[in-house]
Amino acid sequence: MKKFLQGNEACALGAIYAGCRFYAGYPITPSSEIMERMAVELPKVDGVFIQMEDEIASMGAVVGAAWAGAKAMTATSGPGLTLMLENIGYAIMTETPCVVVDIQRAGPSTGQATKPASGDIMQVRWGASGDYEIIALSPWSVTEMYEMTIQAFNLSETYRLPVFLMADEAVGHLRESAILSKDISVIPRSGKTDLPPFGNPQDNSVTPMPAFGQGRKLSVTGSTHDHWGYRKTQSPEVQAKSVSRFCNKILQHLGKICSYEKYFVSEDTEILVIAYGFTARSALKAVEVARQKSIKAGLIRLKTLWPFPYMLFHPECFGTSNISKIIVPEMNQGQIIREVQRVADRDVFSYNKSDGTVITALEIIEKIEQI
Amino acid sequence: MKEYSITIRDDLCKGCAICVEICPKNILAMSPESTVSGYLLAQIIEVKKCIGCMECELHCPDLAIEVIDKNEKVPAG
Amino acid sequence: MILDKYLRSEVFPTPFCQGCGHGILMQAILRAVDESASDGIDIDKMAFVSGIGCAAWIPSPHFAADTLHTTHGRPIAFATGIKLVNPSLKVVVVSGDGDLSAIGGNHLIHSARRNLELTVICANNSIYGMTGGQVAPTTPCGIKTATTQQGSTEPPFDLCRLVWGAGATYIARSTVYHIRELIKYLKNAFLHQGFSFIDVISPCYTHFGRRNPQRAGATPSEMVLNLKNIAIHAKSPQELFTFPSVGTLSPPSGRTCNQKDRILIGEFTTI
Ligand code: SF4
Ligand code: SF4
Ligand code: SF4
Repeated sequence: MKKFLQGNEACALGAIYAGCRFYAGYPITPSSEIMERMAVELPKVDGVFIQMEDEIASMGAVVGAAWAGAKAMTATSGPGLTLMLENIGYAIMTETPCVVVDIQRAGPSTGQATKPASGDIMQVRWGASGDYEIIALSPWSVTEMYEMTIQAFNLSETYRLPVFLMADEAVGHLRESAILSKDISVIPRSGKTDLPPFGNPQDNSVTPMPAFGQGRKLSVTGSTHDHWGYRKTQSPEVQAKSVSRFCNKILQHLGKICSYEKYFVSEDTEILVIAYGFTARSALKAVEVARQKSIKAGLIRLKTLWPFPYMLFHPECFGTSNISKIIVPEMNQGQIIREVQRVADRDVFSYNKSDGTVITALEIIEKIEQI
Repeated sequence: MKEYSITIRDDLCKGCAICVEICPKNILAMSPESTVSGYLLAQIIEVKKCIGCMECELHCPDLAIEVIDKNEKVPAG
Repeated sequence: MILDKYLRSEVFPTPFCQGCGHGILMQAILRAVDESASDGIDIDKMAFVSGIGCAAWIPSPHFAADTLHTTHGRPIAFATGIKLVNPSLKVVVVSGDGDLSAIGGNHLIHSARRNLELTVICANNSIYGMTGGQVAPTTPCGIKTATTQQGSTEPPFDLCRLVWGAGATYIARSTVYHIRELIKYLKNAFLHQGFSFIDVISPCYTHFGRRNPQRAGATPSEMVLNLKNIAIHAKSPQELFTFPSVGTLSPPSGRTCNQKDRILIGEFTTI
């Protein structure tokens, strides 16, 4: 189905399609349209919408809803995300599937509420305390706001963790013609099982998400716990095993989780642009223009920011290529570039912008020509 | 007249003496012996006078004490 | 004993200190569940949600039920999500005074305002127990704590008045000494259709009593028995507003510390 609509609205429709039946949130620009649309859509499908007293409570209610058996979501922007991180950490520790949408705006703090940025990439990666891996997706179009919301729910059900949809304001408020497919498969909430609720003792793998009211007498805690949910606050073994599960359930499935698109990346590519979100739209135009000018540029668009697709830069697929220079344009002072620098054995150049405006194709072309 | 029996679980009792001090009939006392966990254990000194009021059981923070109605073999109260 | 079927026996003995009031409250809650069976209360259709602190350990892990041990101050927010998604569950929050009224105060007043059917049980020891005895918003004036060595100078919250102002429709206060009344109030709260709140005065000898033996009692048992002397039964629900007290061990009148320790107990609102 083709429709002309806003990114934030497409996100809400994707959530409903994915089976989201609970939304708790708190108003914050530029994400509020998601909440407003959920308030309209959820009652139509017997879902529950509630506006909470703050973002801390919103995230708490989302986790509670997930344990009561619902697929649940919230949406916010950077300052609200900061408040949510407390209970996001809890969701990570208790392996609670849910979706958190961050429509990023210029910061720090209140910053510029209506202006785009990609300033929260590291906030979602490292904002909660302790050791863990997370999943964060970065849409570049209204169609992807819809599709990636569904994907976020699917990933959260598969790996039992909060999954982030990290759009910048420019994509959240973008209005364009979008395809709202009805053919995307949806992973349902798992049914009742007798497996331990927190990891399989045999191989430490993820077990199906149970629910309250099934008579299982679940013990759920944000303290370190064993496979049955009993607090083990003194055991080095249980602590180590928990962290290893939180990390390995993601790291061992990089190939399945990470997705990206390549444009003009072939044997001859010499300059590689790595971009995500709205910036990738400008980067694609820039690479097209560069090719017209006979500059051998290519683009990798990251659809998954976390886990970072480290395998992309594995010497086996990267080592023999002609790529000698990499440009990472970002609407921040350089966040994803650090990951690129960690793994890419090439000259890496940044193009950073934190003035609340988007990066244009022209700016990226200039940078390509300059290096 | 009703008769009661009282059991005190020494694996649970922490020797707080709440039961001893709350009992209206002075049925209980603190023993000089310590429990496995190192607490002084509550003990029964004169169960015959117990009136089955349940005050001791209801106020035990460690669910260590139980009052049973001997004739009916059921919990008192 | 009759409560065995509600307990995860493998986690006993409890981690609570000798004579901690929270153990008595634990027993009161389970007895209320047991005595409410004929009214359709079934522990398998209940969810117990708690925050952080000694009180939060009352249900988690001791209760053989669905238990959610959450973050500090936030149990009511989690409970709201559970209740809205599965209204057939009886959702009960058990947490401490610091958890519910300091860090979690915002959630407490807003859930009272929404009047969602939740039962919130405040295990009120008027101090931060687990973290080592720091002053709480409920600490009576003059009480010495780890962070008020000369005695607390701030007036404490009366939590029953607070939730009344916010719109709670069942409000009661009791103490762990008055356990039969407490059980009755808990049963009434479980059956109440709307937001119910019970403030339960529950002694912490380790941190409160030890530092204030003259006012609180010189031993754990004295502290529990002392509640009998300082509690006053409300003659009418309206007394909540006229009693010269804000409901904790040593209430101030206005901003002046009143050294006369007394607590008003009873059911204050049963709409
Ligand atoms: S009240 Fe319980 S824990 Fe305390 S002394 Fe008596 S039996 Fe032991
Ligand atoms: S039941 Fe009553 S009389 Fe008997 S031991 Fe307990 S407190 Fe004393
Ligand atoms: S510190 Fe106080 S509240 Fe905590 S278990 Fe000990 S006596 Fe109870």
